[in-house]
Order: sequence, then structure tokens, then C-alpha cells
Amino acid sequence: MARETGESGETKSTKVKKHKRRKSKKESKTRTVHANILYDHTKGGDNPNRHYANNKIKTTKYTLLSFLPKNLFEQFHRFANVYFVFIALLNFVPVVNAFQPELALAPVVFILSVTAIKDLWEDYRRHRSDKEINHMDCLVYSRNEKQYVEKYWKELRVGDFIRLRCNEILPADVLLLSSSDPDRLCHIETATLDGETNLKQRQVVRSFIDLVSFDPFKYNSVIECEKPNNDLNRFRGYIIHRSGRRDGLYKDNLLLRGCTIRNTEEAVGIVIYAGHETKAMLNNNGPRYKRSKLERQMNVDVFWCVVILLVMCLFSAIGHGLWMFQYGDKRPVFDVLSPEGTDLSPVVSAIYLFLTMIIVFQVLIPISLFVSIEIVKICQVYFIHQDMELYDEETDSHLQCRALNITEDLGQMQYIFSDKTGTLTENKMVFRRCTVAGVEYSHDANARRLAMYQEMDSEEEDCTSHGGTLPRRDSVTSHQSGKVVLRSQSTKSHRRTGSRAEAKRASILSKHTAFSSPMEKDITPDPQLMDKVNECSSQMEFMRFHSQPLNQIPPDLCDIFDFFIALTICNTVVVSSPNQPRQKVVVYYPPGQLGNFLEELDELLSKFPEDGTPLVLLCDFRLSLTNLQFNRPEHDLQHAFSPTPPNFEKTKALAQDECELRYEAESPDEAALVYAARAYKCALVGRLPDQVTVELPHLGKLSFELLHTLGFDSTRKRMSVVVKHPLTEQITVYSKGADSVIMDLIRPATDDCKGKRQRKILYKTQNYLNLYAADGLRTLCIAKKVLSKEEYASWLQHHLEAETAIQRREELLFESALRLETNLQLLGATGIEDRLQDGVPETIASLRKAGLQIWVLTGDKQETAINIAYACKLLDPEEEIITLNADSQEACAVLLENSLHYIQAKFLCNPRPDPQAARDYAGIHFSSPVCSPASSGHSSPFLVHRLGLVIDGRTLAYALDKSLEDKFLAVARSCRSVLCCRSTPLQKSMVVKLVRNKLKVMTLAIGDGANDVSMIQVADVGVGISGQEGMQAVMASDFALPRFRYLQKLLLVHGHWCYSRLANMILYFFYKNAMFVALIFWYQFYCGFSGSAMVDQWYLIFFNLMFSAFPQLITGTLDKDVSAETLQELPQLYMNGQNSEEYKPYMFWMNMIDAFYQSLICFFIPYFAYVDSDVDLFTWGTPITTLALFTILLHLGIETKTWVTLFFTVALCYNASCPTCFSPSNTYWIMQKLLGDPIFYLLCVVTPIAALLPRYFYRACQGTLFPNPVHMGRQLDKLPVDMRRIFLSQSQMKLGSLGSLFAPRAPFFPLCGPFQKDYRPRVKQTHMSGTKQKEKAIANPIPSKSMEMRDTPLSSKNSDNHITLNFRMQEEVQSCRQGSDSPLPENLHCVKEPSSPITGTLPYTKDTPGSRTILDSTGLEAPLSPTDLCQVELLTSTPLLPQTESMQLMSPPRSCFLGQKLDDEDHSNQKSLLKQAGDVDHTHSTSCLQEHSLKTTFL
Amino acid sequence: IMASSYGAKEEDGHHPGSAGLGGAAIRTKKPDNTAFKQQRLPAWQPILTAGTVLPAFFIIGLIFIPIGIGLYVTSNNIKEFELDYTGTDMSSPCFNCSQSWNSTNTCKCELFFSLDQPFESNVFMYYGLSNFYQNHRRYVKSRDDSQLNGDERSLKEPSKECEPYRTNENKPIAPCGAIANSMFNDTLDLFYIDPNGKKRPISLTKKGIAWWTDKHVKFRNPGGSNSNLTTVFKDTAKPVNWHKPVYELDVDIENNGFINEDFIVWMRTAALPTFRKLYRIIQKNNDMTPTLPRGNYSLAVTYNYPVRSFEGRKRMILSTISWMGGKNPFLGIAYITVGSICFFLGVVLLFIHHKYGNRNNSSDIAS
Repeated sequence: MARETGESGETKSTKVKKHKRRKSKKESKTRTVHANILYDHTKGGDNPNRHYANNKIKTTKYTLLSFLPKNLFEQFHRFANVYFVFIALLNFVPVVNAFQPELALAPVVFILSVTAIKDLWEDYRRHRSDKEINHMDCLVYSRNEKQYVEKYWKELRVGDFIRLRCNEILPADVLLLSSSDPDRLCHIETATLDGETNLKQRQVVRSFIDLVSFDPFKYNSVIECEKPNNDLNRFRGYIIHRSGRRDGLYKDNLLLRGCTIRNTEEAVGIVIYAGHETKAMLNNNGPRYKRSKLERQMNVDVFWCVVILLVMCLFSAIGHGLWMFQYGDKRPVFDVLSPEGTDLSPVVSAIYLFLTMIIVFQVLIPISLFVSIEIVKICQVYFIHQDMELYDEETDSHLQCRALNITEDLGQMQYIFSDKTGTLTENKMVFRRCTVAGVEYSHDANARRLAMYQEMDSEEEDCTSHGGTLPRRDSVTSHQSGKVVLRSQSTKSHRRTGSRAEAKRASILSKHTAFSSPMEKDITPDPQLMDKVNECSSQMEFMRFHSQPLNQIPPDLCDIFDFFIALTICNTVVVSSPNQPRQKVVVYYPPGQLGNFLEELDELLSKFPEDGTPLVLLCDFRLSLTNLQFNRPEHDLQHAFSPTPPNFEKTKALAQDECELRYEAESPDEAALVYAARAYKCALVGRLPDQVTVELPHLGKLSFELLHTLGFDSTRKRMSVVVKHPLTEQITVYSKGADSVIMDLIRPATDDCKGKRQRKILYKTQNYLNLYAADGLRTLCIAKKVLSKEEYASWLQHHLEAETAIQRREELLFESALRLETNLQLLGATGIEDRLQDGVPETIASLRKAGLQIWVLTGDKQETAINIAYACKLLDPEEEIITLNADSQEACAVLLENSLHYIQAKFLCNPRPDPQAARDYAGIHFSSPVCSPASSGHSSPFLVHRLGLVIDGRTLAYALDKSLEDKFLAVARSCRSVLCCRSTPLQKSMVVKLVRNKLKVMTLAIGDGANDVSMIQVADVGVGISGQEGMQAVMASDFALPRFRYLQKLLLVHGHWCYSRLANMILYFFYKNAMFVALIFWYQFYCGFSGSAMVDQWYLIFFNLMFSAFPQLITGTLDKDVSAETLQELPQLYMNGQNSEEYKPYMFWMNMIDAFYQSLICFFIPYFAYVDSDVDLFTWGTPITTLALFTILLHLGIETKTWVTLFFTVALCYNASCPTCFSPSNTYWIMQKLLGDPIFYLLCVVTPIAALLPRYFYRACQGTLFPNPVHMGRQLDKLPVDMRRIFLSQSQMKLGSLGSLFAPRAPFFPLCGPFQKDYRPRVKQTHMSGTKQKEKAIANPIPSKSMEMRDTPLSSKNSDNHITLNFRMQEEVQSCRQGSDSPLPENLHCVKEPSSPITGTLPYTKDTPGSRTILDSTGLEAPLSPTDLCQVELLTSTPLLPQTESMQLMSPPRSCFLGQKLDDEDHSNQKSLLKQAGDVDHTHSTSCLQEHSLKTTFL
Repeated sequence: IMASSYGAKEEDGHHPGSAGLGGAAIRTKKPDNTAFKQQRLPAWQPILTAGTVLPAFFIIGLIFIPIGIGLYVTSNNIKEFELDYTGTDMSSPCFNCSQSWNSTNTCKCELFFSLDQPFESNVFMYYGLSNFYQNHRRYVKSRDDSQLNGDERSLKEPSKECEPYRTNENKPIAPCGAIANSMFNDTLDLFYIDPNGKKRPISLTKKGIAWWTDKHVKFRNPGGSNSNLTTVFKDTAKPVNWHKPVYELDVDIENNGFINEDFIVWMRTAALPTFRKLYRIIQKNNDMTPTLPRGNYSLAVTYNYPVRSFEGRKRMILSTISWMGGKNPFLGIAYITVGSICFFLGVVLLFIHHKYGNRNNSSDIAS
């Protein structure tokens, strides 16, 4: 990581250097910032800051004046335009001119102007957005008025003092000089920069920390800092005071543009970088000009067209020279002298002719193609916009196509890179269920509530009348009511109230607190647990009242109490009140009076016109009143009843009603837990550096003295707080962390009774944890530990030493934390849901079926990422997971090497191909025997295996190193899914870039936050989710979707259509032009290669531009090869586009050959029909033109998949009329004459038929002999609906298995999907029997897949299952053997050896639930034979739980000896195996299946 | 841009004044559910398979072959006679004329020929030229249409396209340009030789050989129809190669100047280097006798037009005409050929359909 940023820093610094050189040579290497108020603003001549950019941003390309020249200049960068202008100009040269010069200019002018208008429009849009930003307000200190005045952002200058209020967006990069926060901190939210929604702290510059209030006039220091650069994480400089004292400035002092001030009432800072020099703007490279793959391909063929053109011209020129030569000196009468009357030698005239021919044949270069493509794309964009299915009612937004020129790329994607949070999930952590002391509380009501939200999402809420006018702050107050709360009401209501400014404010306000949507906050408590909590606290109160020792409370109640205390205090959540500024409460209205007033206001409001502004004002006013109403009485109450210590009073924030408390958490799940605890009346009401206050039912407010907070880190994966319990006066450690780590630290008490109970709790909890994980919940374990005074004292001593240590402080603190977090007592576990967006798993499944590789790049931590990956079916429970965690370059290299070997050993070198891989292959690729050889799987040496790769950010940084990237790619591409956790925005874009450049594939990046921006920009197609986290991603994206699931239709349907339409259109254009030009070329043989054309010049020039282009435009927009439904139901059809099957290089040549053939027919049939007749040039030429048009049109008809009636009418009318239109005097009456000539009609019948015969025949044969999937899709479309459904369901199955579709269903499918589903419940069954009936209590109200499975009555005696299991086992044995034979078994688990260079490769491991359930069902101590063990292993690999299989590159090396033994094992005894159990943690290490190894978590 | 996010979405969703407080109709951006916008227009989806196109092939075959036979027969019923009078051959009577050509002396020669079959209906008399590239690019352009249309200004200032035949001795050439300059100026006269050896001239109609539109719309004499052509053209020069100025092309005022039909016919440039142009029409006199009975004829040629320089040939063609124009068996053959091919391909497709079609229909979806 460090290394990587260093590198990027280097590149950036070079950039900066360049920048500097360009700007001004006089400037030194640093930037010096003085305060502006010292200098007169108006004169500015002596202001040292005057050289720095101001805060006005301008992203437009043109100004009014520069538009024409600049735009033309840019357009001439496109080679085609230059070419066309060249040709047009060539026409002005008399010697070579072929057409009327003015006429020749027309197409070019037309094309240039179309593009110019488009550019103008785009630039105008940018201008508008710039203007909007430039005109936002901020408070700037005015020298004249001696106070802060409102100014526009664009008026801000470097050196200005600005005052920032809570929730304001920073207009520039500002050095923090003062903050109203007592700790002189300022919280900012950087979501728009990096997408992280948690709050970050920034500190006031050290020398100003002691200032109570900042007076700009007293400021007289000078700031020296580095030049503007784009490194968000670096800022260095120092501030020089008048006294000469220097203080360092760090990135902690800098507030960056685009961030939002949170939780801080007021801050003052000085602008350091402004406008385009801000880090945010420097990070924002302009959008890359994207050229679609199809266009790139097309350009190659345009090049070939040029070659053909030149060849043809050269041929003609030589022919002309020879023709001239044969006459010698005798000039025939028809060889007209040049205008000057001079005689031209054959050579000179050949040269002139060459140029003339270029003009005549210019049609071959499809001038209108570029324009037509743009028009078609715009139409396509329009249709995508109009798609109802891509419209999200909830946010009233539909898909936006921001890039107009890459629609067809959507149909060619091969890799999808997705962000996780906010893209796949809603980024809303919701407390779902918990288990305390081994008892599960399923929170059915809560689940129902969540389901209700879902329903509400789907229904359009009409309740806008009252609630809709209330901005969000209101809903905060009602959070505890648990009733229906409007979701995303704020933005919505504001949109409706009309005022734009208000809407903007609302969006800011809605971001006020992260993670606090009603869905996240309003947790419906489980009644059972609620009762217990009440009981517990009443008992406690009773005991406290009677001053009895608390330990007489039953242990489970005690656990519940502790559990909630831990939830409440074991975090870093900051409590604040929602209404800022907080001290504004001045007036007190008696409640009744206030109520009346409010009613009046309501009336007033309803009368108000739709004009927004006054309404808004009233709303605000009303709101503040509402707040008053709630604030005031609480105040009194608090004073009266609060049992808190006196120092409690010092923060005003706590003197608020808990209803109004708002929790600001660093991570969303912390907030979720605190909200959950509050639902049980165990509310966090205040947090001070040394004290946490909790309000409990019956007991009132309790203050815990906070002794230590051992913060979360990713290595420990847990956090702990050490508090002094106010009731027991004990020193208690509360820990919260990932189940994998906490479970290891649990140590049941030694004494029998207690120990037994705790062990029981442990096992039960583990079961539930597995269950949670299976449901895709994020699991956290809560544990506690009571320290004796002595223990604490000894630990404290060490800890203090660590804290004060100068060297290795971090390490020592880490060790100290490890020392403390031992022998914990398990309290319970929670399941938090980061709700997936609707339809995400289905979308992913279907995209995957479409042959897309999906990588998830997330900044989240590994566990979370994996959890979500399972939940959204990105990772399959049956997949093995390769986890790469390394902390050095070498380690990473070794890891990659090993993984590669492992993959090869397992999959590639296997003599019998791994059946799973085969199945996977069959599942991914369309199993048509015709198409599969062509599909990518075969052509690529890397089969995609049933493997998942998980890599963390740090390892990724190493892996992306030049030396390792190839290996990394080799590993990654063999995996079915790749998950990159903890990756930085830069890494995301690097990964995308790597894949894009190295694998030469089409990539799509999808994300919602600003941290995805770089990735979105790098990918071929960037998709932004216009969701929660600002609009950064959307602004950078090519397409903006309201939800992830729309990606399916966007890609599979629109992508496919756009691609196939455009591909066909382009091919058709080439064909059409070549065909037309070839006609003229053949004619050259009969006119002495003189460049004469039998086609009128108007036809010649406008043929391309209009006549033939127009029908094609319609088909290009409306043609539909397969219906939307079929495309979505058969995602395999998408591969058509991926493999570029509509437009392959050879197709260009096929089309060319066809064009030449057709032109030969179209030329020579009329030729022979009219040879040696009195036909004149144009009377002969016009039929040819007509024939050609008919042929071309009919050709289009054959290629068109759908004869839309519109197309029929327009195209036919247009084309039927065009031969008679545009007749200049020269060709006067020819058409009329022709129309009376029967030969004309005869020709018109026979020629097109003869010309199209081969193609028609070929298409017919293709349709019958080798139909491609698309073809079949079309046939499917023709079937009636019900028939189609049957076919589809069958084919779906078929795609999973390899058997015949119409064959009777095999008694069991050993290798196909249904089987997997079948054996899944079986293990669950055992599991259920083990856990007795308690499982039943955990009824999941939301029907999940596993629930359905469980319901299926499958007995364990199901013979099918048996066989399949056996089958599976054999394979495992096989692979196991393979592993033992492989030369590198030791490398596979070499990690924690001291000698190994890999130091900490901690793979993601979860307990294998399969084995544990088995253990649970029987005794614990029964020994397990190695053989059985192996089979247990096999079972554990069954997909009961997501995390069953994870390949662990772990220590120590063990030989794999079991494979051989297993060889002759009777498979039938595996049933008994289920009943067997053993102490797995001792024996499992001998497992031959390293990749399935269990992690020892049992004691 | 970094800070540009706020409200960008709201901007999209914002409709000023579109909604009032509660209850007012809310305009959303929800797309209309119309067939066009949702791309559900009615459509016909032809799927080309052997089975579906089979009938088309057979039908085409069955229709084309009879048509072709009909055309062929019709074409064969047309009588045509060609006579090359270039005089390249020593034995040819026109040999002398072709060898010693100069523009001043008129050379005459006479050729004899006989018709084996009588020509029943109207006979069209053509002159044919070979290897004459009337379609040469610069040649085709070398004319001034507005001059020919009687435009006075163009008469005095011919278009630049006419270069280098635009002016002669500082006078504008009328008609200007290379096409006019190279006008065919042989005179052909046809005589019927009685069985008793007497030459009887055959009356040749020169009216109606040009397109009606050309004669009446496209070509006009300057200064209206009744003006004196000599005065109109007095400031102009005759084309270099012409013997006579344009107003002396014919004595008939209706056929003189630019509206001389021979001139108009010549000005309609031929499409191919070997071409024929209508020279005269031999009207059928009465129903009893054929227009041109069997027997001997002679063609008297005033040999003016040199073709040797470009290896050209000159022909005289006599032809009757049918509804489909002149004699041309090609179209009939083409129809027969295409029809046969279609039929053959139809059989092939039938075979394919029979052999493979069923397989595909049964498992087309998933195979």
C-alpha cells in the first residue's frame, strides 16, 4: 500500500512539475499563502495570492467565439472529416473535378454541422452545471464589512477566510484554523471524494488550538505548503507566525473541496487551493473520449475501404493511361482536350484521372456512416431512456445515458467490475436478529417490517399530502414509533415542493447523518427478548434498590443485560442531536399553543401557490417549532430525573431528548447495533472521552466510566472497551468482533456447572452464526470479560508502558490488546443485514449466464465483502475460495505462484477434467454443439473454474506490480469470481485497467460512490448508480442506473439490440457503398476509364447520404432480432455480442464480395439488355441506379430481422419516390420515359432477384443447417407464449445439464444443478435433527431459498442423494490424489512457517458448519478415523454454508496420505459417517484436503 | 466537478411548478407506455430457413421460365439488318472515302445489300458507331444545356464546360462543346432496287426520331420559335468540325437550329462505346405491302464522318420494333437462367429441408 501510494505520488509529482513548468517559471516549489484581508481586495496588485487560480471552475470546451474554429479544428482530428473535405476541395480543381464543386461540398458541410450541433449541446450542458456550482453560496470574511458575508463560490480566492457551518459543502481546499468543537476538531464526510460515508476528523492547526474564537484580523501568519497536487492523502507544509515560529501542517488540517462538514457547528479556515487547483478537481481528469469496440473494428474496415478505393483508382488510372496510349497521336474526337486546349500525355492524364476517380468513388468511404451511426445511437439512447422497465418509481428516475457514443458496447461486455456497497447493496445496515446466551431471537416482526419496506418500495407511495411537505428532519423525531415512515421522502418531497435550492438543501440534509434511514433505525424488538430485557432490568433495579449483589440474577438474564450494554457502549458512535445549530432553543411555547400554531401553519401552507421558496421558509420555520416542542419539556425532565454525575452537564448535546439523538458512526453496522439496542430501550445517550452514558428501562441513566477503548483493526478484527460497571463496580471488558476471531478467544469457565453452560452456549451460538451467515447476514460476536482488580492493574501497567512507548508503539499496543482480549465469555451474536438491492442475485446469476465475468472491487473489509458476495450469489457455497493476503511483495509473489500451481494441479493437469469445472463450463456457455467451439472458453487457455478469489487491498497493491500482474491475472481469470477487498479507488481503476489492457476484453465498471469514479472512467463502459452517495459516480459515468438490477436489461436487451443493430448497420453500409461504387467501377471499362459515371451526380452524392441511408437508419433504430423477453430469459444470447458474432472481420470481406457480385449482376444485366442500342447515358444509368436501390433495399430486407411496419411504409415510399426526385435538367424526363418502358420493369424484376439469390440462399441454408443461438432465439419468439415458456424452462435445465432436452429426465443428475439443490437440504436435515426442534423457532418470515429447501420433504434415505454424494466423494478423492501427486503440496500450505517469506497470510476462514452440525448432533468426544474424517470433509464441502470451502494457504505442511486409503473405501458407509463424530479440531489437520481444512475453533 | 454533485439529480427530477402541495397531480419522468417507445411496434419477423423460403424459390422459378421464353420468342421475331460501311476493307466501296478523308470534299459511296425477309411493320433506321466513347467524362460534360435551351446569354457566353470548344476566333461557338462539335454528319440514303434493277428511293421520315420532351422542352432555339435563325446566330461561330452553321442544318424551320432532330439525337450521349442512334424512320405505307419487302437495296453514303482515328466502325441498321424494343435475346435468356437456377436451388433446399430441417425443428431451441 505504502509502496503503491509512493509510486503514484511520484507520478503525480512529475505531473505537478510539468504543470508548474507550464504555468510560471518564476514560481518556487512551494505555495505561499497570505491572508487576503491584509491586502486590499480591489487593488490586488500587491496581493501575493493573486497568481493562484480562483475558485471559479470551468469545464466547458468552447466559448461563444471560439466555438466555430475550435470545434472545426477538433472535428478535423477525425481522419474521415479531413478526407471528405479534401475530396470536396479537390472538386474545385478544374482538371480533376468530377462534380459540381458546390454540390460536392454539401455532404461534408452537412456532416460537420450535425456534429457541431451535437457538441454545442453537450458543451452547453456542462456550462449549465458549472454555473450552478459556481453560484453556490459560502461565507467569506470581508475586510470592509468586518464580518462574514455570503459570496458565490466562484468569488472565493486563495487566502480568503471562510466560515463553514454544519452540513455545508466545502467550496475549496481549506486549512482548518478554528472549530467550535471543544476538542478543536472538525468532522467531515468525504463521501463525494472517496465514497466513505463515515465521518472523519480534522484538526485545527496546532498553533490555533488554544484560541477560543478566531479573529481574522489577528491572523498574520504565512502558510507555506506544497504545490497543488492530486494526492488526497497528502498535505505538507508549515505555517510561519509573526514570531517566526513554525508549525507543521498535515493532511489532518486540510479540509478538501467537496466534503461536507458534519457535527461541527462552525469552523473557520483559510483557502489554500481553489478552483481547478483543489485536490478534488485535480483528481478529476476529464472524461476519456470513449470509442466503442465496434467503432474501432469499423475503423479498420474503413481503412480497408480506403485501400480498396486506392486500388480501384489506381487500376482506373492505369487503364486510362493505356487507353490514351493506344490512340497514340491521333486524338479521337471524343477525347476532349483539357480546358486550356493543351494535349495531355497519357501519363499526366492518368495522374489526373487518379484524383478524379477518388472523387467519383468517394462513396466507397461511407461518409454518411459516421453521421448515421451518431443518429442511430441517439435514437437508441432515446429508446433506452424510454424503457419503462428501467424506470425507478421510487426515485422517479430512469436510466440516463450520458455517453451517446458507446451504446453498442453494452452488448459486448465481458468483464463487470462492481462496487459493493451501494451498488449491490443498499448501503443500509439493518439489525436483523440476534442470539443471546444461546437463545435465538428471530425478530420476526423486524423481518416483517423490512419486508414491508420492500413492498413499499414497489408500491408508489401516495401519502404525500402531509408527510411529503415535511423535510426529513421531521421524520427523525418519529423514529421510534415504528410506524410507516416514508422512505427517501426528503428528496422526493422537495422535488415536489418545487424549489430547486430547497431540493439541494434537502439532499444535503438527508446526508446529515449517515446510516440513519428509518429502515435502519426503526427496529421492531422481538417480544420475547423485550420481555426478558424488561424483566432483567426490573430485577436489577429491585436489587439495586435493595442493595443486593447483582450476581444473584439468573445468568441468562445477566447475559442479556450485558449483551445490550456491550451493543451500546462497545463502539465509537458519537451522539449528537439532529438540529444544528443546537443552541438556538430560546423561546418556549406552551405545547397547546404550539399545536394550534402548527395547525394554522398547515393551513397556510396548503394555500400556498406552487412556487417553492416561501413555502420552504415556512417549512423550516415550522420545523424549528416542532423541534422546540420536543426539546423543551425534555430539558426539564432531564434536569429533574437524571442520576448522572455533575460533569455530565458540560455537553449540551446530551441535554436532549433521546428521541432526537442521532448516532454518527464510523461504520454502518455500529450504528445499526446501537439503534438495535435502543429499540430495547437500552439507549446510548452520551459519549465523552472518558464516559459513556446509557439509558436503561427502570434503571434510568447509567454512566460507564470508559477506561480504555481498543479500537477496531483489521488484524484483530475486533474492538473492545474497558469500562467500570456502575452497578457491579467491576472492571469489565466488552468485545465485539468477527465471529471467527471472537470464537477463538472464548474460554468457558473451568468449573463444571458454569463451564458446561457456557460451552453449550458456545455451540448453540455457533450454530446460529452459521445460520446467519447462510442467510447472508453479517455476523458479529459479542463477548465480555470481567477483570479482577489485580489483573487489570497488571495489564494496565503494560498498557501504559505501551502507550507511552516511543518506538514500536503500535506494535506494543497491539500486543497489549491481544493480552487483554483473552478468555472471553460469549454473550451472543448479532446478525446484521446490509440489504441487497432487489434482484441483485438474480441479476448476477443471469449476467453470469450471459458469460460475463463479475469482479467485485470494494473498499469494505474482507468479511463483509465475502458475506455479501455469498448473499448475492457471486460466490457459490460450493466454490473454493482462494484467499490472497500478503504483506510483502515476495509473499505475494509466492502466494500467486502457489495459487497458480494449485489451480493447474487441480484443474488443468488433471487427466480427467474436473467435473465441476466441466459443469461450470457447460453452465456458462451455451451448450449448443455448433456455437460452443467458437465460444471463448475453448479459444482461451484459461478455463473459468469453480473458484473464487479473494484478495485484499494490500496484496492487491503488490499483485498489481509490474512483475506480478501477469501472474495475478492468470490466477484471477481462472476464477469464476474475484473479490477485491479494501481496495482504494486508485487500485480499483488499476485493476480495471490491467484487465482491460492485458486481456483485451471489454470491461464495464459499475459503482455509486466517488471512490468508483476512477474505475468508472477507466472502464470501457462506466455505469453509475444514482443512489445514495452523491452524484460523483453518475457524473463520471456513461450510463446512470437507478438500481443495479437494471443492469440486466440494459446489457442483455438493450446492449444486445444496440450491438446487433449497429453491427448490421455498419456492415450494411459497407456493403451498400461498395456495391454502388463497384457499379461505377465496372462502367469504367466501357468509358475508357475516363471517370465517367452513368449515375447522375446528384444520385451519386446523395445516394450515400440520404436515399439508401434513411431506410437503414430506421432499421438501425428499430430492428429487433430477438424479443426482449427471450433475451432476458436466455442470457446466453448475449454471447453473440461478446464474441462479436454480428461483425467479424471476415464478414466485412464477405459483404464486399457479395457487394461486388451484386454489382456485377446489376451492371451486366442492364448492360446486355441495352448493349448496342440507342440508349443514352442516363437513360441507361437510371435503371441501374434504380436496380441497385431495389437490390440494396431487398438486401436490407433479408438482413432485417423484423419488418416493422413503420419501416415498410417509410422505406418503401421513400425509395420508390427517390428515383424521380432530384432530377436536374440533364436527366429530364428520363424516369418518365423509363416508366413507360416494359424493359425497365422486366429488369427491375430479374436483376434484384438474381443479385440477391446467393445471399437469400445462404441465409436460408444457414437458418437450417447451422443456426446460431440468436437464430434460435428468434424462432423461440415466434412460438406462442405458453409454448415458449415450456421451451425456456426446458432449455434452462438443459443448459445446466448436458443431457438431451427431450430425453426423459434422467433419474438423477450427477452433475447438474438440480442435484445440488437436492442434497443441500439433506445435510440440513441432519442438522435439524441435531438441534432438536428449536430450529423451528427460527422461522424465517422472508422466504429464502434455504427455507424452501428445508421445507422439501427429503428423507436422508433418498437414494439419489446417496449416489450423488458418493459420486462427489469419488471426485474429491480424485482431486485429493491429484493434490498429493502434485509437486508442490508443501507450497500450498507453507504460510506460517518461520522460514517462509510469507508472514501473515490469514485466509478468510469460517468454521465449517457441516462438520459442526454433525458434531452437535452426537457426542463430542467420539474419535474419528482418518477415513471418516475425509468424508466429513467431503460433507463439509457441501453447500450448507457459504464459507465452507476456502482454500487455505496455511501451515504446516502435511503429507496427504488419506487419498490412497480412501481408494477402496466402501462408499455406502458414509451414512454411518453422518452419525459419527469426532474431535475434529485435532484430527482435521491431517486431512488430505487442504483446501477444505477446518479452522480450529473448538476447544 | 467534484463538488458538482449536489442537486444534479434533483435537477433532473425537477419540474418547476409541476406539483403543488399534496394531491396535485404529480408529473413523473415515467416513460409513456406506448408501443413505439417501448419498441413493441407491430412487426413481421420472417425467419429464413430452408422450409420457409422453399416456396419462394419454386414460385420464382415457375414464373421466370415462361416469361423468359416469351421474351426470347418476342425478341427473335424482331427483324434486324446491319450493314457496316466503315470501309476498312479494301473491297468495300467506301474504302476510298475512309482513307482519304478531308473536311472539304464530300466523298460519296454506295453499298448494296439484300434483305432475306420482308420487314413488315415500321422500320427504324439507325446509324451505329463502335469504339466511339461518347461516354467519356470530359466529352459528356462538354456541352451547355442552357445554350441549347435557347438562353440568349449562354449563346453569347457559353459555359466553361464547353472548353476548348467554347469560342472560335473570339466568337462563341453555337452549339458549343465537344459533343456538338463531333456530331455525326454522314448522310444515308436508302434505295430499293427493283427486281428489274431500278433504284427507287425509300422515303425516310426524320420527324419523331428525338424524344418529344427533348425537342419541345430541352432544346429551343434562341429568340423564340419564329425568329430568323440567321440573325439570331449571326454573332456566333459554327463548331470547328462542322461544314455548315447550326442554322443551316435543315431547311425546315421546325427542324433547324438547336431543334434539329438529328442534332438532338446526337446530343443524347450514348451510354456505351458501341451504340446506335436513330437516324430515320421508314413508315409503313399500307397494310398490303411490307415496309421493306424482300429484295435488293442500296445504301448511298455521303461519307463525312471519320472514324479511323479511333478504330471506329460505322454501321447502318434496319430494325423493326416490338413492345419490348429492339432485338435483344438477352433478357429472355436471363429470365430463363435465373428461373432455372431458382428452381434448382429450390430442389437443393427441399433436400436440405428434408434431411436437416426436421432435426432442427425438434431441437432448435437447445441444441
